[in-house]
Amino acid sequence: MSVAPLGQRAPILHMREIDKTFTGGVVALRRMSLEVNEGDFISLLGPSGCGKSTALRLIAGLMPPTLGRIEWEGGQGAGDLGVVFQEPTLMPWATVEQNVWLPFRLRGQSLASVREKIVEALALVGLEKFAKSYPRELSGGMKMRVSIARALVTRPRLILMDEPFAALDEITRQKLNDDLLSLKAKTGATVIFVTHSVFESVFLSDRILVMAARPGRVIREFQIDAPYPRGMEWRTAKEYGEIARETSDTLHGALAPEAAE
Amino acid sequence: MTIADTTELPARSDAGQGPVFDADEERRARKKRIEGIAKYVIPLAVMSIAIWYWDRIVVWNEIEPYILPRPGLVLQTLIEDWGTLSASLLITLQITGLALGVAVIGGVGLAIIFSLSRYAEMSFSPFAVILQVTPIVSIAPLIFIYIESRMVGLLLCAWIVAFFPILANTTLGLKSADHNLRDLMTIYRANRWQRLRYLQLPSALPYFLGGLKIAGGLALIGAVVAEYVAGTGGIGTGLAFRILEAGYRLQIPRMFAALILIAVTGVIIYATTSLIAHLALRKWHESALKRD
Repeated sequence: MSVAPLGQRAPILHMREIDKTFTGGVVALRRMSLEVNEGDFISLLGPSGCGKSTALRLIAGLMPPTLGRIEWEGGQGAGDLGVVFQEPTLMPWATVEQNVWLPFRLRGQSLASVREKIVEALALVGLEKFAKSYPRELSGGMKMRVSIARALVTRPRLILMDEPFAALDEITRQKLNDDLLSLKAKTGATVIFVTHSVFESVFLSDRILVMAARPGRVIREFQIDAPYPRGMEWRTAKEYGEIARETSDTLHGALAPEAAE
Repeated sequence: MTIADTTELPARSDAGQGPVFDADEERRARKKRIEGIAKYVIPLAVMSIAIWYWDRIVVWNEIEPYILPRPGLVLQTLIEDWGTLSASLLITLQITGLALGVAVIGGVGLAIIFSLSRYAEMSFSPFAVILQVTPIVSIAPLIFIYIESRMVGLLLCAWIVAFFPILANTTLGLKSADHNLRDLMTIYRANRWQRLRYLQLPSALPYFLGGLKIAGGLALIGAVVAEYVAGTGGIGTGLAFRILEAGYRLQIPRMFAALILIAVTGVIIYATTSLIAHLALRKWHESALKRD
């Protein structure tokens, strides 16, 4: 699926001036505004405590913002949102197929009636042969793929990923990053991806929001025009290095005063 | 001068030989095989020696059978009195089984109510704890004053003892669902019932089964202890009463025979509940998985 160039995409979600203050007075997020457009691959990049996971939880509707509004263009329907957590978060008592079935099952749809969609989602992550396996029989990377298949299966308008590959080894992580991009190319999915890895964010995204802590806030947005599909040639491109450098500098610039304390 | 090790390695022929193991690996494999057999042989052997020694002690010290009977006599009594003893065994089994069944329903039911409402838990868990920590022997006499039916009284005693581990474990299990999965349920807009059915109950299953294993043994203990307190004989009396009765009449071999039946029943209950747990969890839960 082709995606319109940056700046010409239809919006699907608006975050307007979001503040989130926890009881006890911790300002997790201050004045975060974000327009998510169809086909965007947005990375929220920052150190721990910068509110990137809070932002994700707000978008997921797991808690309300203290101030500001989050609006879905045309309202949010069931299955509009897919989520991938840092852990695979599979039900160990259910087979791979039953795990991917969950979003449909909760809407009262039988396994038989959505089997085609499940098979398709599993094929997208290369696990169609493991439909009947139990999670314990799979490796860490494979479990993560099941988790991604579950997030994709409803063809959501937006997929939220909260440091999904942080716990995996470097080789598996790179492979999954490659696969994630080819998935995005096939499905045209819109993704918000939380990470603390500069290289991962530059490799994957066309928009990077660099965030800083205390209070959690967005300090700068980078747009990356490099076309998809991206592969090894992008990892070794001169522009990749330059953006990574600049992103890194921005991150460390925000950290500096604290380091001096 | 050279650093390389020039020692000649022995010539190796890999052709068509199948896998070759070193001495250490072979020793390990042998040890594992022996352990596999010993697992069954050693307990049996030690048990046999113990029983033989019991027999010898009686013979060597010329102990009278009304003080300590020989194992052969106990077995003989078990066979001769089988009519009376099996009828009593059946009663004890009925009370144990019924109490366990009601404990499962009551324990799980109450645990679900607790998981639905924190206030319900705050209100009623003190009662559950008080019932659990008060020894059943001290509650039983009161129960038999207020409850006319002996059977119902026995059942109630066995239930009080058996139900708490099921309640406590299941309550813990229902709360222990993975927090990300809980978030996922919220994101996919699961209602209360779906959350319970698809997430909390399966998460609680291993905890519940652990509670069931404990409760099975406790139900038997409750049934036996309550009968000691209830005392009165007549028709429909369980194994505990047979032990009391035989004791009054100095029928020591019969006491032993009834005791053995209770012990065997306890072992069978434990084995059954363990088997149930294994069958229910073998596909997915850590406790039931073999390490390879």
